[in-house]
Amino acid sequence: MLAGFIGFEVIRRISPLLHTPLMSLTNALDAIAVVGAIILVGEHKTNFSALLGTLAVIAAMSNVVGGFLITDRMLRMFKSSHPAKKP
Amino acid sequence: MTTQPFIEIIYLIASALFILSLKWMSSPGTARRGVWAGEIGMVLAIAGTLLHRGIIDYKWIAIALVIGTIIGIPLGLVKMTAVPQRTALSHAFGAFCVTLVGTAEFYLRSPNVPHFMMAVLCCEVILGSLTFTGSLMAAGKLQEVLPQRPITYRGQNIVNLGLLAIAVAIGIYLILHPGAKQLFPAMVGIPLVFGVFMVIPIGGADMPTVISLLNSYAGLSAAAMGFVLDSRLLIIAGALDGSSGFILSVIMSKAMNRSFTNVLFGAFGQVQVAAGGKEESKPVKSVSAEDAASILMSVNKVVIVPGYGMAVAQAQHKVRELYDSLTRRGVDVRFAIHPVAGRMPGHMNVLLAEADIPYDRLADMEDINGDFPQTDVALVIGANDVTNPAARTDPSSPIYGMPILDVDKANIVMVIKRGMSPGFAGIDNPLYYMSKTLMLFGDAKTFVGEIVRDLGGVQAEVAQSAK
Repeated sequence: MLAGFIGFEVIRRISPLLHTPLMSLTNALDAIAVVGAIILVGEHKTNFSALLGTLAVIAAMSNVVGGFLITDRMLRMFKSSHPAKKP
Repeated sequence: MTTQPFIEIIYLIASALFILSLKWMSSPGTARRGVWAGEIGMVLAIAGTLLHRGIIDYKWIAIALVIGTIIGIPLGLVKMTAVPQRTALSHAFGAFCVTLVGTAEFYLRSPNVPHFMMAVLCCEVILGSLTFTGSLMAAGKLQEVLPQRPITYRGQNIVNLGLLAIAVAIGIYLILHPGAKQLFPAMVGIPLVFGVFMVIPIGGADMPTVISLLNSYAGLSAAAMGFVLDSRLLIIAGALDGSSGFILSVIMSKAMNRSFTNVLFGAFGQVQVAAGGKEESKPVKSVSAEDAASILMSVNKVVIVPGYGMAVAQAQHKVRELYDSLTRRGVDVRFAIHPVAGRMPGHMNVLLAEADIPYDRLADMEDINGDFPQTDVALVIGANDVTNPAARTDPSSPIYGMPILDVDKANIVMVIKRGMSPGFAGIDNPLYYMSKTLMLFGDAKTFVGEIVRDLGGVQAEVAQSAK
């Protein structure tokens, strides 16, 4: 709840300029679900749970890597604009 | 779930880093720091988890992490025009992960699941699975593998709501009788179908809203998973994602002048069948690139209004040349970005930034609308509905009330367009018939290129750059 509120406050102030990177970043953060999946695989309680867990880790991990990578690429482009022309 | 205090501390730090990361995203100057904070938080969280006492099998974790990374790298390197599809796809992956974990947890714990946990687990699995297929559908539509047009049939809403109601009912039954394992697959399966049906009736123009909404669902399902696993880190990250998606979808709905329910349940396409098709043969003024160039050369203030049509034509870099060429002549050039320009929130900003257009020249709708009356030329490239003055003036128009860019208030309006065909919403645009509007028919990329060439042809003195 608290986190939701903090998130609400923080995100409301983000300019539309950065909405796309914002979404890909939250996407990457969301992939923190990988934590739950890792435990699931690691504990290896049943083969079934380990199999689902492995698939889950793959899915989440690709989000982590892809999400951070593309967010950074986008932001690098914003950086490369020309400060000299700033009003 | 027993966790050592050490791991708790690591998770706490990671959560703090995630919140900071979003905070730093609020301005372009600090945004990259935000990404680093997020990355460090993520590494800490994963490393902390690997120290977890209960873990006995590292082999499959390692294999899965490596495969995930290998899949993730190409997903991080897609073209900027493809970012919306990629985002939808990664929502699908995220939701897939959550659903799988939820399913596994259920079978591990059943039948000894407390009511509260079962309730959360149901939320997790229902949201997760409908987001999974819904996002796949959205990605398919954006990638144009699937038809972009809304597909509708009679009684669609009843079927959809009915499906959802059945899934929820099964969920409630499972909360009361957690031992009923045989019902669980239905609770996963029905939302999967619902996800498909939910996105089918939604047209391309509403994609920004849908993506944000699915983003929100993915976040909420992850937060629910946090409750199931009793992991504060997951709850925080999920809630952050959920609220950000929610805010974005509210912003998008407002920008389209539609309510949530309207986007979800009312297919836009139906309304327009009646509205289109009339008044085909009004006169429009059409001019050549040469004329356009000479007009642009003689004015002081130009606002460029890019739409997705510009991105489709891959004209960003030509537009950048135009920007350079005009700026060198001392013309004040700005870009007006409608909130739903592009296929996801903020997409157009990214596309223009990719073409090296400085972000301080990009203006939001609210900031720039007041400036149009002082603008000499508004150059509309591949945008249509967001410039349609009927949204302001004609109560019978389907888009009446939608916030638009007031380009019709500029002294001269130039519209680069391939032909007179209506835009996404299928609505005729009165802007094109105004006496101050000049139509520039042609492919956006070649046309802008021609204007740039004509501008260069005239040897004008190189003025200092604007401001």
